Amino acid sequence: MKSIRKTLTGIAASAAIAATALIPGAQAQEDTIKVGILHSLSGTMAISETTLKDVMEMLIDEQNKKGGVLGKKLEAVVVDPASDWPLFAEKARELITGDGVDVVFGCWTSVSRKSVLPVFEELNSILFYPVQYEGEESQRNVFYTGAAPNQQAIPAVDYLMEEEEVERWVLAGTDYVYPRTTNKILEAYLKDKGVAEEDIMINYTPFGHSDWQTIVADIKAFGSAGKKTAVVSTINGDANVPFYKELGNQGIEASDIPVVAFSVGEEELAGLDTGPLVGHLAAWNYFQSVENEANAEFIASWKARMSEDRVTNDPMEAHYIGFNMWVKAVEKAGTTDADAVIDALPGIETPNLTGGISTMLPNHHITKPVLIGEIQDDGQFEVVSETDDLVPGDAWSDFLPESKPLKSDWVDLKCGNYNTETEACLGSS
Amino acid sequence: MRLILALTGLLALLLAVTGPVRADEAELRAVIAKFAEAKKFKQTEAVIDEIAAVGDPAAAPALDALSEGLLMVRESDGGVFVIRGQDEAVELFDPLTMEPAGTAAENELRKVKVKNSLRRLIADVVSGLTLRAKDPAVRRQAAETMFSRPDPDIIETLDGVIAEETDAGVKAAFEQARAAAVLESDLPESDKLEAIAILRERGGRDVLPVLTAVSRSAESETVAAAATTAVAAVEKSLSFWAAGQNIWYGISLGSVLLLAAIGLAITFGVMGVINMAHGEMVMLGAYTTFVVQEFIRNSAPGMFDYSLAIALPLAFLVSGAVGLVMERGIIRFLYGRPLETLLATWGVSLVLQQAVRSIFGPTNREVGNPSWMSGSFEVGELLITTNRLWIVVFSLVVFAILLLVLKRTRFGLQMRAVTQNRPMASSMGIATPWVDAFTFALGSGIAGIAGVALSQIDNVSPNLGQGYIIDSFMVVVFGGVGNLWGTLVGAMTLGVANKFLEPYAGAVLAKIFILVLIILFIQKRPRGLFALKGRSVET
Repeated sequence: MKSIRKTLTGIAASAAIAATALIPGAQAQEDTIKVGILHSLSGTMAISETTLKDVMEMLIDEQNKKGGVLGKKLEAVVVDPASDWPLFAEKARELITGDGVDVVFGCWTSVSRKSVLPVFEELNSILFYPVQYEGEESQRNVFYTGAAPNQQAIPAVDYLMEEEEVERWVLAGTDYVYPRTTNKILEAYLKDKGVAEEDIMINYTPFGHSDWQTIVADIKAFGSAGKKTAVVSTINGDANVPFYKELGNQGIEASDIPVVAFSVGEEELAGLDTGPLVGHLAAWNYFQSVENEANAEFIASWKARMSEDRVTNDPMEAHYIGFNMWVKAVEKAGTTDADAVIDALPGIETPNLTGGISTMLPNHHITKPVLIGEIQDDGQFEVVSETDDLVPGDAWSDFLPESKPLKSDWVDLKCGNYNTETEACLGSS
Repeated sequence: MRLILALTGLLALLLAVTGPVRADEAELRAVIAKFAEAKKFKQTEAVIDEIAAVGDPAAAPALDALSEGLLMVRESDGGVFVIRGQDEAVELFDPLTMEPAGTAAENELRKVKVKNSLRRLIADVVSGLTLRAKDPAVRRQAAETMFSRPDPDIIETLDGVIAEETDAGVKAAFEQARAAAVLESDLPESDKLEAIAILRERGGRDVLPVLTAVSRSAESETVAAAATTAVAAVEKSLSFWAAGQNIWYGISLGSVLLLAAIGLAITFGVMGVINMAHGEMVMLGAYTTFVVQEFIRNSAPGMFDYSLAIALPLAFLVSGAVGLVMERGIIRFLYGRPLETLLATWGVSLVLQQAVRSIFGPTNREVGNPSWMSGSFEVGELLITTNRLWIVVFSLVVFAILLLVLKRTRFGLQMRAVTQNRPMASSMGIATPWVDAFTFALGSGIAGIAGVALSQIDNVSPNLGQGYIIDSFMVVVFGGVGNLWGTLVGAMTLGVANKFLEPYAGAVLAKIFILVLIILFIQKRPRGLFALKGRSVET
């Protein structure tokens, strides 16, 4: 009995000590601006998202070296939603209400974004989303720094049509929302351009599909109909490796049937012997191989922080742009208050890493250049085509009948899905 | 482009007539030197066109190097070189004579950029230049390139080449290339009918593009009809091969399933442990292969082709050791409590995944294919990729060895004794706890070996195992718990059924169908294909 009381006193005493120790810490915390990072560090998506967590920490450290924002230091709050979509919503709530962050950078898959949307709307916070996505969405609290379909898929198809004179199309994708919506848009676009129904083959595979023999053989057969054929691939990260291996093994060369991919970047190629892939294409808004000073500096500090063999990729650049835009908007608004920053963000301009200036548009998407690159045997991309101007992101595709009349404008119309035909706002989505 | 090819052809013809007078080497050298100035694709294209106009076969190696991205410009003096090797100091070679020309550091060189359309142009030019090359293989290559992109302007050139050609095989290839070109040209009907006959003779998927185009757009009805019948004939033979192809793909998928499941057939099938960490044993095997290859790359690059042979025993030991520790540390306390075992092993699987993620990073690791596992060969119209063939062979060998261990060794005998009647085995002096431990280690070790093979066709990432665990259980349950032959037949049946469904239903639906079929099958025969009979079933 005595000993228990002793222990209890001991615990109480140490708690008191801990509490006093915490007080200066608590004061210091008042002087920082908290930035939430919501990327999976475990589970299937860790392969892609861990890199984004690292790059955010790097950007925050660098900003702090420059003196922080509004005279305060930035503080990164990292949580791990573990590739579990409902957990994203829980962790987002925890970040905003529990940790009191002013802005969140996060999410990768569309389903994780959809799962956190209501949380950001309800708690009125800000999310920067850095990955190319299927569009058909514009939310007041979300800023989309990745590519909309018109900034990636459509220009890639145009390139194949003009440069490679492709007439027959295989649309291959993983079976989930991004490939399905993108392929719907592409199918409508191709038919618009006069491609016949029988010249389009659409194929979906499960996540992590590894046995590509039949599908690659089908593609080969489809490509032997006397017309130039190309594959437009929305196959998700991991399944790409066996897919490309099978292409190489079955002897399909890029100069015969080129594959243009929307989800294969430098990071994905890092786990792959790229010898047989030379000449296949990818469409992005950034490649590590783009030569200019800002990019060289970015790559150098990334390699210095991580290790020499690490690569940079498109979503990392999107976070770079998004973070710098947020910093500028906060400085412009003079506060981190969500409403003020949301109002300040449209119109903010910041240099991207490909030598241009990206602008935040009233529809919460940004302007970006579109680059088409060919895979090289060192795992990098060689830019073979580049749009002359930056392409403004379009939230609602013009090639789908149901979204054609919709328009997003958070500055004048204050609406994410304004119907220009009925002149009415359809409300939140 | 076509004009240039024709020019090349004419030039080549002229050269042939006037004897082996080489175009002035200095002129060619001057043209190749222009690559140093070509910074845009358009400029590179112009230089290639110029080389074609010179028409000297000596330019072919330089063009091939350009196509492969091995043509470099030295920044300091604008010299153009072909390089080999990617070490710190790159070896330089003269683009014409291919004689060594010293070394340079990587950052002193700039690559002459190419893209797909340029690669095609180069292939065309090179085939035009090498029609009369000494090596028959090179001539055949030229013929194949001309066949794949038929061009009516080269018919005349080809006539000359065919007349001179001595090698029968190459001659036939040139005739086929000529036939394809004839169909694109506006030569009279009789020539075209003859060409269709030649192509029909050749058969295969390659002739379909030309023939379908003719059957659709030929002006003469006889030609169109002949092309249509030819297409039908070729397609008929192709569809026969397609069935063979499906069976082969099915066996190949089945062998992968067999490899993944065979370890589980021991741990789950023989011992009755629901081992959710089985997939992670496979993953550990794959990572062992990665470590071995990494070690070989750094210390003895010449040994790379043996890396898999070295990795096999190591993977068996690593996974087996982890299995042994698992059995001694966790599972032995949970025998007879399947739910707890399931949860505990699932926990172990998460721990192993995260451990690998922390050590090796979350990204995929590159495991290379040794040279004897790369590429493919054709049997008729059936394309067989070497790595798949090896995996089929390998899975059968592993199966045979395992069968031998179970039936012919002392350990196998003890193992069967313990699983059939534990108290009796124990009273005969068998240390049953250790037999349990080593049986589990054996099953895990076999999974590790499977990992070595699977690293050749799948991603080596921490999630590798998760993709196989469901399939493995499916195979073992379908084949009949506790029976190795059941696992073999089950894996092959599922593989072939899957591949026959896939072309009709798509990959996603085919998987669902298979799952539904298995559920129905299990309703009918709860013990699977090969049910164990006798007293051991009851205990």
